[in-house]
Amino acid sequence: MDRLLIVEKIEKRYGRAHVLGAKQEVTALLDVSFSIGRGSTLALVGESGSGKSTLALCIACLERPTSGKIVFNRNEITVLDEKQLREVRPQIQLVFQDPARSLNPRFSALELVSEPLLVQGRLDKREREARARALLGQVGIPQEKALQRAEEFSGGQRQRLAIARALSLEPKLLILDEALSALDCSVQAQIANLLMELQGRLGLTYLFITHDFAMAGHLAHEIAVMEQGRVVEIGAADEVLGTPNQEVTRRLVAAMPRLTAEAHAPRAV
Amino acid sequence: MISLLQVQDLHVAYISGAGKVSPALEGVSFDVLPGETLGVLGESGSGKSTLALALVRLLPGNAEIQKGAIQFEGQDLLRARPRALERVRGARIGLVFQEPSLALHPTIRIGKQVSDVLAAHEAASRAARHQKTLQLLREVFPADASRIADSYPHQLSGGQQQRVLIAQAIACGPSLIIADEPTASLDPTTQQEILELFRMLREKFNLSLILITHNPPLLAGLADRVLVLYAGKVVEIGPTEQVLGSPQHPYTHALMQSVPPGLDEPAKDRKSRLRVIPGEAPNLAVLMNGCRFESRCTDRMEQCAEREPPAVAMSEVHAVSCFKYGE
Repeated sequence: MDRLLIVEKIEKRYGRAHVLGAKQEVTALLDVSFSIGRGSTLALVGESGSGKSTLALCIACLERPTSGKIVFNRNEITVLDEKQLREVRPQIQLVFQDPARSLNPRFSALELVSEPLLVQGRLDKREREARARALLGQVGIPQEKALQRAEEFSGGQRQRLAIARALSLEPKLLILDEALSALDCSVQAQIANLLMELQGRLGLTYLFITHDFAMAGHLAHEIAVMEQGRVVEIGAADEVLGTPNQEVTRRLVAAMPRLTAEAHAPRAV
Repeated sequence: MISLLQVQDLHVAYISGAGKVSPALEGVSFDVLPGETLGVLGESGSGKSTLALALVRLLPGNAEIQKGAIQFEGQDLLRARPRALERVRGARIGLVFQEPSLALHPTIRIGKQVSDVLAAHEAASRAARHQKTLQLLREVFPADASRIADSYPHQLSGGQQQRVLIAQAIACGPSLIIADEPTASLDPTTQQEILELFRMLREKFNLSLILITHNPPLLAGLADRVLVLYAGKVVEIGPTEQVLGSPQHPYTHALMQSVPPGLDEPAKDRKSRLRVIPGEAPNLAVLMNGCRFESRCTDRMEQCAEREPPAVAMSEVHAVSCFKYGE
């Protein structure tokens, strides 16, 4: 399969100033390699602090890896300068965990979704509005709510707005950083279905960052497991979930809450 | 067995500055037995956090308890005087909330924050409090209680902070602990550790537990019974294995369908679309005559929009509010 994103041996170190003046180095990513096929979904699973979000920032060209190589759409982005990166960034968009914090509450749905087009200087005013309205339709926001402010939408609808906004620049890759974690179960299901539907319709590629193994197994074709800045296991979703090789994977799979019969056998009070 | 807590026909509403009334809980009734764990399952806006706060009379100023009764250890908390409430809250009923980093004071050592709870409720010498604090911390940190006692909150992980809140909650030997989404901000592995801790403590101290969550799988294996809240009403209550395993109310049924299938399901069922509940939860400020779930329900009947369905007993222990099962 054609690989949209190839990450090769990237490493990210942060320098941290110590109180006494000595500089401490923190290694956030170490020897990370993987790739994602065009139109498919890779889930990145790991515990807090395992490096998932740092990796997302490096791929989105918002942080530069200390060493290693990232190839996006056959283009090595780790060697580009700031001006060239500005061409690449619109093609990689992010959707965050909490839309209540990632969206300006005072903006209308229409303003939120057309703002990226405005910033990029694409289309004229009327075209932008038409495009924004089409995007709202794609994510299931009714047209009569186009002028409603972000704060007046429910959590699930706000996440739909965040997705519409991310799609406005016609990206190839969407990074979904815990994009379902803050939502209620029934709303999670709605958004998960929307993501699958958009992937089928637009041929999008997803990097789905999560600590929810059940949702990873549902949405992703492949799963990569991270621990302490390294990818310790990677493979087809069913194989990683079914026959985990690493201790951390087994631990995460075991921690999946289950609804099986023996899990809720009654207890004598 | 005599109930430890009995809630009858509880009505709570929020009143806006303009005098607009938005009901949050309407006629909620249930009881909790000594040593029992009751899971409260509800999504955003169901009223589950309002319920937690109402039980200990900690509702914000714009909320009003309109009617009902909350019987706990022989007194009605809705009619209790403030001094009597102070002797219950934090002492007889322990509380654990979602965001431990917000609940702990950032510049006071952990040991002091736990011993402050003791100081508020018990007349004991400083030395006795110190001893008891260490003993409490050992319950939740068997290995390094004294190191934790000397730490500040920022030196602890989220899971460790949550353990401190649990130590505070059990400090005065309560009979009931109310935990509102106690694991929502934690990793799955840490989540399991905290649930395990609750399991251990409730056996050891014979605690009753009200565990409030939006996530059904968390209640499997922990709750004895589950109460399902939808738009301020109890739609289903019964033994956990019945409510989660063979849910009877159309809402509970649809909610369980929307959980992604686990490993126990065949792989081919996993990449398909999840079943969803169409539409959104109703706006409670708009007056409604019928069932709250009517507009989203696939089993709706004529009477559903006209009248409220009464609770129908499926068995002695399982009740469902739905016309499907008669009236």
